[in-house]
Amino acid sequence: MTLPSTGTDALAPATTTTAPRRPRRRRYRIGQSMTRRRYVATAVISFVVLLILWALVSAAGVTNPRFLPSPLQVAVTLGEQVANGQLLADLGASTYRILVGFLLATVLAVPIGAIVGISARVEAAVQPLVDFIRYMPVVAFVPLTILWIGVGEEQKWLIIFLGTFFQQVLMVADAVRSVPRSFIDVGETLGLSNGRILSRIVLRASAPRIWDALRITLGWAWTWIVLAELVAATTGLGYRIVLAQRFLQTDLIFAYLIVLGILGLVTDVLMRLIGRALFRYERIRR
Amino acid sequence: MSGLVHVDSLTKSFGSVEALGPIDLALTENEFVSVVGASGCGKSTLLSIIAGLTEATTGDVTVDGTPIDGPGRDRGVVFQGFTLFPWLTAQGNVEFALENERMSKKERAAYAREQLALVGLSGFEDHFPAQLSGGMQQRVAIARSLSYRPRILLMDEPFGALDALTRRDMQSLLTRIWEQHKLTVLMITHDIEEAIFTSDRVIVMTPRPGRVRADLRVPLARPRAAEMTTSPEFRGMFAEILELVHEKVA
Repeated sequence: MTLPSTGTDALAPATTTTAPRRPRRRRYRIGQSMTRRRYVATAVISFVVLLILWALVSAAGVTNPRFLPSPLQVAVTLGEQVANGQLLADLGASTYRILVGFLLATVLAVPIGAIVGISARVEAAVQPLVDFIRYMPVVAFVPLTILWIGVGEEQKWLIIFLGTFFQQVLMVADAVRSVPRSFIDVGETLGLSNGRILSRIVLRASAPRIWDALRITLGWAWTWIVLAELVAATTGLGYRIVLAQRFLQTDLIFAYLIVLGILGLVTDVLMRLIGRALFRYERIRR
Repeated sequence: MSGLVHVDSLTKSFGSVEALGPIDLALTENEFVSVVGASGCGKSTLLSIIAGLTEATTGDVTVDGTPIDGPGRDRGVVFQGFTLFPWLTAQGNVEFALENERMSKKERAAYAREQLALVGLSGFEDHFPAQLSGGMQQRVAIARSLSYRPRILLMDEPFGALDALTRRDMQSLLTRIWEQHKLTVLMITHDIEEAIFTSDRVIVMTPRPGRVRADLRVPLARPRAAEMTTSPEFRGMFAEILELVHEKVA
């Protein structure tokens, strides 16, 4: 205790008479930063630890190898799939579906989102509706889309579209709304028309955030495509997984899961890198 | 009517709250006028109405006898915060303001460079706003607003976000530019010394609703120099305005 001693202190337990407690030096400060190298090293270690755990569990023989194949076996299967061209064909089919569905969604969502973001009236008409629809799980639309348009390519595009479009509209609208009012004031005082203010100032100012929205929704697209292909397809990553399940080829399922993880990661990193190149000015510090 | 800008019995209410007026005000051609007042006295609203960015509730503003209808290139505006576009360089920001002008790309680039030189930013053309100090950013903003030669320059606490030393420099720079180029300036500020140092006239506003309490002519010669801020005339005027700003409305 650091309080000045009083008469009552004499009656207090002996421990209170020891030296005042010094605040302990903080080992870690909240939000403390780290060097890039250490960051990467730590991340790599996480992956290695997971891999070792997996190898140990499968080697210990406590699990049936039919359900948990060893990392080596998965690697071999993956190698075979690459060698016989199956993986590339599946990858091509899935990627093409994503691109079509995602681009369709983006081409519509960016202008619609922009108008929702700049007009209170359009926002009132569109945003609550979109909010309502986006809470309907995409999964639940799969049976309906099959009834509507069958099991062809269009159905895959539609699932990707449904899974990304509504979120994109909301995220683009948010990005547009975050443009400082003063930027628009500048445009008005320069005598620009509303169309020019929208294209030259509002969309340009919100472009980094719009790009971020596209990056995030593109990541989800990988989930939606596998979902669509699990249910009804004759090609694609999801189709291969469901086929592997039928023949109890868990090593193939594992191989494709790993590929999906890598694809998501690569897509994200690629989008980040392009974003950095496009919006170099965002990272400038004096 | 000899003035360039006339503000006639202007009022502004937000709902049932009377924020401004009625206000009458006239700016003569090539005059530098400052408006000071306690925060919340509606001085920024006044500027915003003259800029055409805010609509008046009653009354009107005329420029050269014509009532204003929204913003226009006859009135340049320098805002309080930093309003440069972060995706454009200093040069790009000035050129942006010149896009409507009839000039070739080359002419525009050369002209923008000239405007940056005018505010002492030669050599910083290719810097992005994030690479410039607050004072430099505001200089680019001034260059941008002056570049298309508006007849009137409206400034809303242009140096409010700057540190005291930078602000002094900017006041000198602004005064120098004005003395060389002669244009009509209306500046909103809460800094009484800044108002006296830069202006021909200082208008003191009362708060809630904002009205003109006093309209004082600055008795200092031109060109203005930093030493003037310690002169008896300057200090006397400072004391007078300070009292006017803080005095309760009877």
